[in-house]
Amino acid sequence: MPFKEDSKFKVQDSRFISGLIYVLPFAAAWVALFLGAYGVSPSMVLRVLGGVVFPFFDPGDVAEKAIILDIRLPRVLLAGLTGMALAGAGVTLQGVFRNPLVDPFILGISAGASLGCALSIGFFPSWPIQIMAFIFGLGAVAVTFSAAKMQGEISRLPLILAGVIVSAFFTAMVSIVKFLVDPMKLQSIVFWLMGSFALADWRMVWIAGGGVLAGLLPVFLMRWRLNVMSMGDDEARTLGIHLRRDRLILIVGSSLAVSLAVSVSGIIGWVGLMVPHLVRMLRGPDHRALVPQSIMGGAAFMIFADTIARNLTGFDIPVGIITAILGAPFFVFLMRKGGRENWGRA
Amino acid sequence: MTVKDITFRHSSGQPDVLRGVSFEALPGRIHAILGPNGSGKTTLFKCLTGLWRPQRGEVFYNGQNLLAFSGPARARLIAVVPQEHEPPFPYSVEDMVLMGRAAHVDAFAVPSRRDYETAEETMRVLGIDHLRDKAYTRISGGERQLALVARALAQQTPILLLDEPTSHLDFRHQLQVLKKVRWIAREKNLTVLMTLHDPNLALLFADQVVALNEGGIQAHGPADEVITEAMLARVYGVEVTVLDNNGIKVVSPRVEK
Repeated sequence: MPFKEDSKFKVQDSRFISGLIYVLPFAAAWVALFLGAYGVSPSMVLRVLGGVVFPFFDPGDVAEKAIILDIRLPRVLLAGLTGMALAGAGVTLQGVFRNPLVDPFILGISAGASLGCALSIGFFPSWPIQIMAFIFGLGAVAVTFSAAKMQGEISRLPLILAGVIVSAFFTAMVSIVKFLVDPMKLQSIVFWLMGSFALADWRMVWIAGGGVLAGLLPVFLMRWRLNVMSMGDDEARTLGIHLRRDRLILIVGSSLAVSLAVSVSGIIGWVGLMVPHLVRMLRGPDHRALVPQSIMGGAAFMIFADTIARNLTGFDIPVGIITAILGAPFFVFLMRKGGRENWGRA
Repeated sequence: MTVKDITFRHSSGQPDVLRGVSFEALPGRIHAILGPNGSGKTTLFKCLTGLWRPQRGEVFYNGQNLLAFSGPARARLIAVVPQEHEPPFPYSVEDMVLMGRAAHVDAFAVPSRRDYETAEETMRVLGIDHLRDKAYTRISGGERQLALVARALAQQTPILLLDEPTSHLDFRHQLQVLKKVRWIAREKNLTVLMTLHDPNLALLFADQVVALNEGGIQAHGPADEVITEAMLARVYGVEVTVLDNNGIKVVSPRVEK
């Protein structure tokens, strides 16, 4: 996503780090394109990519061309877009709910979207999987939100608890679907649920890209308001925020991006939690810079994780397993490190 | 600003929390709202800022009814300094003050250079510009309170409401914050309303006092006329002696030793 960093009014000694965050996804993508079971030289990657735009770079009819353009490039783009959706939604939801410990996975959006997808695959093949994912993802976060909203302000632990409950419920519903469908469909649901980019094609890239564009563009434009909204409902209102409207736009936008990503790549957890935290540690909590940098960081992280998933063993490990292996210890680290700073006053 | 006949109850059937509260507040003056816990001070503030909708009553400013205004429009007229608190993320002081510009920044935009300059100027006015890049979570309670005052000033409203601005502060910082608030009220001709617990601070810093109890106004007028032994006995149920210290009145509670 093209973005011009324009906070020139602030003296930032960490300009270098910001620049790095914006370059990182492209560097990761380049590495991901030449690493793999079939060896491709780094320069050949550049020649093939260059050849798409400028014909004189075109290396001619080589096998690498098909591998890069038809297999690896859609996969890398899909991973990057999914990472953008998850990290962008994560940083947004953390701000909206004033809670550094939530992400689309913890709030139940992923579980809800996966039920929508499973229903579509298993029982209603004529209903578009993306629309089902969006409806159920949005429904899940709505239930989490209202369950946690006991009296006005939402406090931290009840929100996480509500998310856990909603996730458990929707996961159980997915299990019922798995139990009832025929074995052929079961196999595709199970593999897809694990979260993988192995089946990536250009159609999926367009779907995920549409979700990122439609869902995260309003979030990106409204990013500075997240600072104000994280002050709490009453304060945000007296500061002049149209709270209901703004919150609705941000939650619907995040859910849209995540649901479409889930519909093509399955459930991939923890990215939405980890990436915003890492960026916040490096660059501070101002959402004006945090939102675009988390989105870019999410792309880089996901491409990196998928490259590991592809190359670590002879098999193509589902990338959701890799992010969970990295994410669970990270969550424990946050709890240990932060104490009050992360959990705050409940 | 004219507050007229504000009446509020949480839901029908429950007793009124505010019963026909009316008073007038003047620009350039500080109005202290005194009253025991549960007297309706907080409720009055929530009604004035539009967080709660009173069943009856109006708030007029320059002939317009403030209660009819929408969120951002009202936020350009009334700024609130909440009690000092801890935000979920360690924003810098500058980021905090900049939030005061929210009502002036379009929903799909980020603050402009002018907004940054306004924030910077209010920090300078309050003498906290050296804290600009410090984390709000890492400064003292007095500094946080001043940052919140700066944020409210950045909102550039004619009316300023302060919710117990001294409650978390030590003696020195209480005086420092209130001195700055009084100076700014005079300088910028702001209508200032603040809730206070200590009648002595009201005597030192307020021009007008509104004494609330059980949802109604018990006394209203110039601070040194309103704060009397009889009023404090009636409103708070405590026995005090009001002394005269070279023209400044001092409230001294009678406590057995």
